[in-house]
Amino acid sequence: MVTADAVWAALDEIPDPEIPVISLVDLGVIRDVAVDGSHVRIEFTPTFLGCPALEVMKRALEETVSALGAEPDVRVIQDDSWSTDRITPAGREKLREAGFAPPAPRAAGATTLVQLQSKAFRCPYCGSQETRLENIFGPTPCRSIRWCESCRQPFEQFKTI
Amino acid sequence: MNARAQQLLSLADDELILGWRDSEWTGIAPTLEEDVAFSSIAQNEIGHARALYELAAVELDTDADALAFDRTPDEYRCAPLVQLHLLDWAHTIARRYLYEEADRVRIDALKRGDDAELAGLAAKIDREETYHRLHAELWAARLRDEPRFRDAVEELWPYALGVLEPELRPVLAGRVGLSVESTQAVERGEHAEAFTQLHDEMTEVRRSAPGQQW
Repeated sequence: MVTADAVWAALDEIPDPEIPVISLVDLGVIRDVAVDGSHVRIEFTPTFLGCPALEVMKRALEETVSALGAEPDVRVIQDDSWSTDRITPAGREKLREAGFAPPAPRAAGATTLVQLQSKAFRCPYCGSQETRLENIFGPTPCRSIRWCESCRQPFEQFKTI
Repeated sequence: MNARAQQLLSLADDELILGWRDSEWTGIAPTLEEDVAFSSIAQNEIGHARALYELAAVELDTDADALAFDRTPDEYRCAPLVQLHLLDWAHTIARRYLYEEADRVRIDALKRGDDAELAGLAAKIDREETYHRLHAELWAARLRDEPRFRDAVEELWPYALGVLEPELRPVLAGRVGLSVESTQAVERGEHAEAFTQLHDEMTEVRRSAPGQQW
């Protein structure tokens, strides 16, 4: 009989399809795991609605549960329960090591341009705070492009949402 | 069709068709940054459309792809603003600015509404739209004194009003500093000729292989 802990451990081995250094558990998209006999219900709360990886993630969750010998029931929760604050501390560190600046913590109220242009963002390569916003938008919905004045290279910043 | 399904389809069609129009700048925007911005915004809007179609699909006992691609042009409920085929940057930015302002008013109302499922989705969409608004506001501030941009905003204003239900229009007018009284809104229900061309192009792959899964 599979336990909830075993399911969580297995899900923690599933890499994010676009940023494979981080697992789906680190990304914070698993809201709940409920085991009832051989039936495993997972509440999956997607990141960005336009993310093309959502279907891949859902399928990976189902395959992982099936591989444990249980019957998967993945529910997609389309409310605002996911935010970048759900990325775990370990996940943030893995992002930084892979060259992605992790998201800034969410402030009260919506993000402003002044916040994005502040010096709070550190370069993931050299640690400098002499960085500037190049483009709010990047190669995927979840990323912005910044430029490091110190080591003179662009880097990707996970957007805060 | 019940009122909820009609509302969901209006919202979803607006986002799908605007996403399609925004994606027309992919590869040909004035700067590389805008190429990336328009492509990313388009992707988000189409993602919002998909989530809204999925809610509508439950009401209508179908699926999101069928709603997005299998209807005839006259069954789409999108506002005329999003259908316009705009070929210059001043009008394109004017539409982005006016649409984001109208969408903000609408999303605020949905978040406070009685439909808990739609309120939850609106709250999620709102988080992503924050970045679209920053982009639109930055451009509107940059172009504010340009006559071409101001003319474009005035020209598209009757279309922007048509995005919202009448009771929400004064809120939009207050936000953008224009008037509701002296303006005849371009309402939903009429399709520009440009929409038929868009529909032909958008549904071409789906029609070429009916029932295929990708």
